[in-house]
Amino acid sequence: MSARIATWWTILRICLEERLVYRGDFALGTLMRFLPIVTQIFLWYAIFEARGSSALAGYSYEEFVAYYLLTMVSRAFSSMPGLASGITRQIRDGEIKKYLIQPVDMLGFLFLSRFAHKIAYYSVAIGPFALVFFLCRGYFHNLPAEAATHSPATAAAFAASLVMSFVLGFYLEASLGLIGFWWLEVSSLLFVYMLFNFFLSGHMFPLDMLPQPWRAIFDAIPLKYLAYYPAAVFLGKVKHADLAIDLCVQFAWVVFFIGLSRFMFQRGLKRYSGFGG
Amino acid sequence: MEGMQYLRVFLTFARNSLIRDMTFRANFILESIASLCWMLGNLGFYALIFTHTPYIGRDSGWGQYEFFVFLSTTMFVNSLVQTFFMANVDEFSELIRTGGLDFALLKPIDTQFVISLRKIDWSSLVNFFAGAGLLVISLHKLSVRPDNPLHVSPTMVALYFIYMLCGVAILYSLMIGLSATSIWLGRNQTLYDFWFYITNFSRYPMEIYSGTWGRPLRWVFTFAVPVLVVVNVPARILAQPLRPNSSLSFSLAAFAIVATVASLLGSRWIFNRALLSYRSASS
Repeated sequence: MSARIATWWTILRICLEERLVYRGDFALGTLMRFLPIVTQIFLWYAIFEARGSSALAGYSYEEFVAYYLLTMVSRAFSSMPGLASGITRQIRDGEIKKYLIQPVDMLGFLFLSRFAHKIAYYSVAIGPFALVFFLCRGYFHNLPAEAATHSPATAAAFAASLVMSFVLGFYLEASLGLIGFWWLEVSSLLFVYMLFNFFLSGHMFPLDMLPQPWRAIFDAIPLKYLAYYPAAVFLGKVKHADLAIDLCVQFAWVVFFIGLSRFMFQRGLKRYSGFGG
Repeated sequence: MEGMQYLRVFLTFARNSLIRDMTFRANFILESIASLCWMLGNLGFYALIFTHTPYIGRDSGWGQYEFFVFLSTTMFVNSLVQTFFMANVDEFSELIRTGGLDFALLKPIDTQFVISLRKIDWSSLVNFFAGAGLLVISLHKLSVRPDNPLHVSPTMVALYFIYMLCGVAILYSLMIGLSATSIWLGRNQTLYDFWFYITNFSRYPMEIYSGTWGRPLRWVFTFAVPVLVVVNVPARILAQPLRPNSSLSFSLAAFAIVATVASLLGSRWIFNRALLSYRSASS
């Protein structure tokens, strides 16, 4: 056991050091990523102005802006740039042979390296994030009593949903990448996934805005846990019993995708013929 | 006569790109569908917004179909930029890094011309046609509405296309100007991202930038980096010809011409200056 922990620790440390090489580019890039939110803030201000500033889908203007800022946080946890395409490339080029001949589990190794990547990312990104949230602190003043700013229980649920969104995001993308065992080229599939992720995860707008039956459909698929759900929890939009149920559903999705990716990996290895490399 | 030769070279580029695209036909169709889906997702998002509000901005006149005219203008401009310039300019910094630019410099033809138009991405043109469809539908809806119907005159259409091309020219100048700086900087991935984020400001009517923070932003993105006039001026000509403050629109339209000429000349100057500092990499 201690040997295994030592292995994990080494993997984690190597990946951390690798990541921190480009920290200047990192920090600038993170700050840039907030720029589209500036236009969103102005857009929604104009919309609320035209409506006579009544609440929209249960959100006040301030809550709208807070929502967008919070989805940036959830996406900082759940987004896995290059994970699926990396896995497919490794399968195609035969690079995954290195996991097969070494006593290292591929999914575990990738998970740890993502974990290290995220830690490195947060340690740099916390600066730009803190700056933006500080500048926008006014939008968080009038939140209801259920919001994470007032209720420790909501704050805990928010933290739990964020951690799970990381794990869910990882195993969901890993499952997509493992399709590479069956199809050699999955880039068009990944584009479709990105498209769905962009519009259905709540990255563009709070899903509460949708009319039925769309609302029910969007609720049933796991993508909402990648952006919408943690933000909605923070703002106190998910109440009492629903909160507990939804967290359990999120957990169930996490377990499902862990199981699915393990299963796909096992089955894929049987087909794998190790070209190239 | 020289113009004719450039036209012939351009047509050769266009034909070669089309041949290449048609070689991988399934990929071409997939790419077309992908950019169409992206557009439909955006359209759905705005349709959703207009189920919650009659206008974007109080008294701005940007109702649903006025905004859809705006949106189709965005699609025209973006698809033209993507079809003709995006892939080429994207590759430009790569050419600098690898030293491949040598081959472009050796050709007995204007370097900026070769660099900018070498490859034409025909699949991006699908959004141009989708935009045309959306434009026709929106204009029809606007011209048959009972109160204050819109009359589209041939002059308006002509002006619309001229200003749309001005918009394309402004965006192209920004792109080529930014990527030419990679001769000095080596690698400019963040700079290229920066271009992407700046054009983000061109996507909405300029009225939304108001108030203490909005006004300076509007000023910067109109006069310093003229991305706001790219879509706003043509879209306004078609969608809002009868706005009360038409004198403002007139001066804005005059300014758009100045901005186009200035951007083209400015980017040409930057491009040539940057070439002077080019030291070929190993090739």
